[in-house]
Amino acid sequence: MNIPDNLRYTPDHEWVSLEDNVVTVGITDHAQEELSDVVFVELPSVGQVVGSGDEVGTVESVKAASPIYAALGGEVVAINTELEGDPSVINSSPYGEGWIFKVRLEDAGDLDELLDSGAYEDLIN
Amino acid sequence: MSGELKETPLREVHLELGGRMVGFAGWDMPIRYGSILEEHQAVREAAGVFDISHMGQFFVEGGEAVDWLDGLLTNNVDNLEEGKGHYTFLLNDKGGIIDDLILYRLQGESFLLVVNAAKSAEDFAWLKAYNKEGVVALQDRSEEMAGIAVQGPRATDVYFRMMGGRTLPGRNGVDEFEMEGQRILVCRTGYTGEDGFELFCGVGGGAHWFRSTLDDGARACGLGARDSLRLEMCYPLNGSDLSPERTPLEAGLGFFVDLEKESFVGREALAAQKSNGLTERLAAVKCLEPGPPIRPGCAVLDREGHELGRLTSGTLSPSLGVGIGLAYLPWEAARVGAALAVEVRGRMIPAEVVKKPFYKKA
Repeated sequence: MNIPDNLRYTPDHEWVSLEDNVVTVGITDHAQEELSDVVFVELPSVGQVVGSGDEVGTVESVKAASPIYAALGGEVVAINTELEGDPSVINSSPYGEGWIFKVRLEDAGDLDELLDSGAYEDLIN
Repeated sequence: MSGELKETPLREVHLELGGRMVGFAGWDMPIRYGSILEEHQAVREAAGVFDISHMGQFFVEGGEAVDWLDGLLTNNVDNLEEGKGHYTFLLNDKGGIIDDLILYRLQGESFLLVVNAAKSAEDFAWLKAYNKEGVVALQDRSEEMAGIAVQGPRATDVYFRMMGGRTLPGRNGVDEFEMEGQRILVCRTGYTGEDGFELFCGVGGGAHWFRSTLDDGARACGLGARDSLRLEMCYPLNGSDLSPERTPLEAGLGFFVDLEKESFVGREALAAQKSNGLTERLAAVKCLEPGPPIRPGCAVLDREGHELGRLTSGTLSPSLGVGIGLAYLPWEAARVGAALAVEVRGRMIPAEVVKKPFYKKA
């Protein structure tokens, strides 16, 4: 199970990476494996203001629809439109090309609430 | 979850293969081993194997068996040849469907009924109630039997290899023989639209035959792929597309009902329905563009936004790349070509009624 050390995680099986004050969010390797074939992704909108924990989209497999949550509060500044044409990228590259959206943080302090790779690994075991 | 799930004799194999287990009809079954889309494709292009041990197997024997079965099932038993099977329905007296099943005529006044897992107990109780005088010898052997289904263009190859050179019976045929000290029943039938067979044996042999198919070229497939395969063919699922409130005529399956038969339970109700005309029928609904998967319960609307019905089955078709589903719609609204929309979480996906089945071999 791939759980990169340089990322942070939420209990909802999302990963977060930070650059300047913009975070990139996606779902973890564990999450994509549980879902299996991702066939559709509903993305938030660029410009959308989100609160930490808000449901902002959906990742769907053949058998299930899984909500995507805003891990942190702020404004959505980018969405991965490639997922509209090829949702399976989330399965093949959950931490790379399968990134889902980016948020400009309102409060960098929220980052402290996230799990590190060790804590996330404990959670899924 | 309340109640305990029953386990099939193949459980060990499922777990070894990484099967993701879910409860289905009271049984713990593998929904997938890996990717549902890949398992689906394996059946369409090569061969897949399914555990069908959860299904029910009843045996009916005796000189009165033909007449007795003809009085309880919709299709014509008298015309069913030895060594053949046919699709048929068990109805209540309102013509509503208790179960859909396959009836096989074995050698010498002996019949096998293969019924849905979810209805097995209810079916048997119904049949028993019609056999109070013991007119026929009726046995439920479900607990003693395991079953596997191998489906796909290479199914005949798999059979040939696993059975040391045997060939399958013809389409809808049934073969009964002894192999490695076990009684085996093999039926050239399936629920996927591909060539293939269903093999029934004693519980002790199930895992062995399942593993043999894997060794001989079949891929293990779960209930997820089974559902998308059957739905691409518009094969109904009892409990979803069929129910005691629906008749085979409304489901578009009148071909398997012989109203010319003198009598069978539900006959009068069907004859009346036919003569009055149906108000609703089960339509094949196909989305015209990709979008979120459509699922049972999604509303089906006309282009003006009036709700016509709800999907009884729905999924993304792996072969077609769009959503497909079945829904009971008002008779006129269900004509082929009718313009519709399917609603998913507030989004309207353009769709239309198409001719069944959704999937046709090139």
